[in-house]
Amino acid sequence: MVYGVLRFINFAHSDVLMLGAFTAFYISPMIDKNLGSQSTLGCIMVFVIAAAICACLGILIERLAYRPLRNRPKLTVLITAIGVSLLIEFTGQNEHVFGAAPLPFPQLLPEQSIHLGNLVISSNDVLTVGVTVILLIAMWLIVQKTRIGTAMRAVSFNQQAASLMGIPVDKIISFTFGLGSALAAIAGILYAMKAPGIDPLMGVQPGLRAFVAAVLGGIGNLPGAVIGGVLLGLLETFAGGIPGLSNYRDGIAFAILILILLFKPAGLLGKATVEKV
Amino acid sequence: MHFTNRFFLLMGAISTILISFTSCNSGGGGDTIAIGEFASLTGKEATFGISSHEGTLLAIEEINAAGGVLGKKLTLKTEDDQTKPGEPANAVNKLIFKDGVIAILGEVASSRSLEAAPICQKNKIPMISPASTNPTVTQTGDYIFRVCFTDTFQGAALANFASGTLKAKKVAVLTDVKSDYSKGLAKSFKEKFSTSGGKIGSELDFNGGDKDFKGQLTAIKSDAPDAIFIPGYYNDVALICIQAKQLGMNIPIFGGDGWESESLLTIGKDAVEGHYFSTHCSPDQGTPEMTNFVAAYKKRFNGKTPDAMAVLGYDSAMVLIDAIKRAKTTESTALRDAIAATKDFSGASGKFSLNAERDAVKALVFIQIKNGKFTYNATVNP
Repeated sequence: MVYGVLRFINFAHSDVLMLGAFTAFYISPMIDKNLGSQSTLGCIMVFVIAAAICACLGILIERLAYRPLRNRPKLTVLITAIGVSLLIEFTGQNEHVFGAAPLPFPQLLPEQSIHLGNLVISSNDVLTVGVTVILLIAMWLIVQKTRIGTAMRAVSFNQQAASLMGIPVDKIISFTFGLGSALAAIAGILYAMKAPGIDPLMGVQPGLRAFVAAVLGGIGNLPGAVIGGVLLGLLETFAGGIPGLSNYRDGIAFAILILILLFKPAGLLGKATVEKV
Repeated sequence: MHFTNRFFLLMGAISTILISFTSCNSGGGGDTIAIGEFASLTGKEATFGISSHEGTLLAIEEINAAGGVLGKKLTLKTEDDQTKPGEPANAVNKLIFKDGVIAILGEVASSRSLEAAPICQKNKIPMISPASTNPTVTQTGDYIFRVCFTDTFQGAALANFASGTLKAKKVAVLTDVKSDYSKGLAKSFKEKFSTSGGKIGSELDFNGGDKDFKGQLTAIKSDAPDAIFIPGYYNDVALICIQAKQLGMNIPIFGGDGWESESLLTIGKDAVEGHYFSTHCSPDQGTPEMTNFVAAYKKRFNGKTPDAMAVLGYDSAMVLIDAIKRAKTTESTALRDAIAATKDFSGASGKFSLNAERDAVKALVFIQIKNGKFTYNATVNP
């Protein structure tokens, strides 16, 4: 999302994911106290509050770290993004912040295993897929059908022209960061529900996977990113289950990335664009 | 003009760094003895580093409170290697060349000890690893020691445990390919278990730090072994146990000393219940040295119960201090010889001697997780 609008990879995105999980970790006991533990309403509250807090954090990061560099070369912003990411990761590991040891993530919803013959599906997985589909539709509606979505697309197309047309570019970029960070927070919570040990470096691997999935599907293309993600996940899981191949699991993700960049740089669903000179 | 300004600033910065480098190069002389320590205080295996660091720190503080060694106080220089490959080399180089330490204590994980060991060996700085069990660590050279047993012993004990206590005929092995510890322990387990008549079922790998293990576990499940052996670290093991439980696998899971951390219990909760692992010692083993250590540790670190890494961190420092006392000097060759001569040392983890391979010869304990607690199960003598 951020890449689509600003054309740079926000490395700190994976750390916002981590912060989302930690926000949920700290607010869920408070919500449990008022609404009883593992209630559906409480779970929704945790998601909404964590998403809101992370949206603010995302906007703050953009304001402090990226906005001052708006007119600098892209490389400067990219390196700053790496710096912001490391800053968040290592601040988080300080023992007075989160500490480096993994913390136990609380169960937000009662978990059940659904048995379909030999197939075992965890209710958390169903939840993850459900939430993803809902958010995907919501994103598509925001980007394609609303005024602010139109403005986002305009900024993505040409920042200067957009500002000449009276679009408040800074506000639109802030909004994009807020939206992206809220999504990251939700992803973080879903991820933590599945693997309930959360630590300040938990965002790094999913961040890399998300990047590969996005490139695989075509950067800036929403359905493409989903297809990329599903493909990558299936390939990795199959590789994980085959003796002898299971140690190449991570390698497979990045081998795919290289192949895609070589043969179809625009991704599976991406449109090839001609760079204007 | 602009360029020259920046250039001078840069030069200024570089010279400041250089000055600070040269002026700090004292450590060995003076009225203190500098001891180096590198540990994973942050990153994926942080609880190991934090525990061993706390144990080491406690030992140094106790000795200083009792007047130090050879009439000098000890200073502990600690470097964090962030659980990252590459960092131990930086840390050890800094400790040797900048801080001028006389010996180095570390690391828990074998992969990172193996990285630091050649540097210590080359510079003739004795290095004592608290808990690296991979046999190759001390094979690096005659300046590298450890105060724990090796995986050859641990793997054999685990194999006997699998066929004896668990009565398992077929065992699946899930190895962390990123860790020398995991690969080494898996190898010695498989050798012993198959020579004693057991059958190794599916052998699968994972990468330390993975979050999804269902691919591997589904393959293991369809192979239907009697037990699963995971020579991994606590953070991965907790998640593997949770996912195994979700898949409805009710077979025993067991592993080595990499399991021992409070995080295994807090994250794994009821999914790790009933599973077993082998480790160096148990706070409940009842020897006076252990009881004293546990009391001192609890007092120093806000009532925290020490784990095996803390005990071994303490022992590694105590072995070094004992050697300095016997050598009556901190000169590296004499100190090395004194460490090598360590015999019947009464450490907090138990009584041990260092053998000709510079490994500690000592007993191993089995722990079972019962009612959310590490419960002492059995002791295996070498």
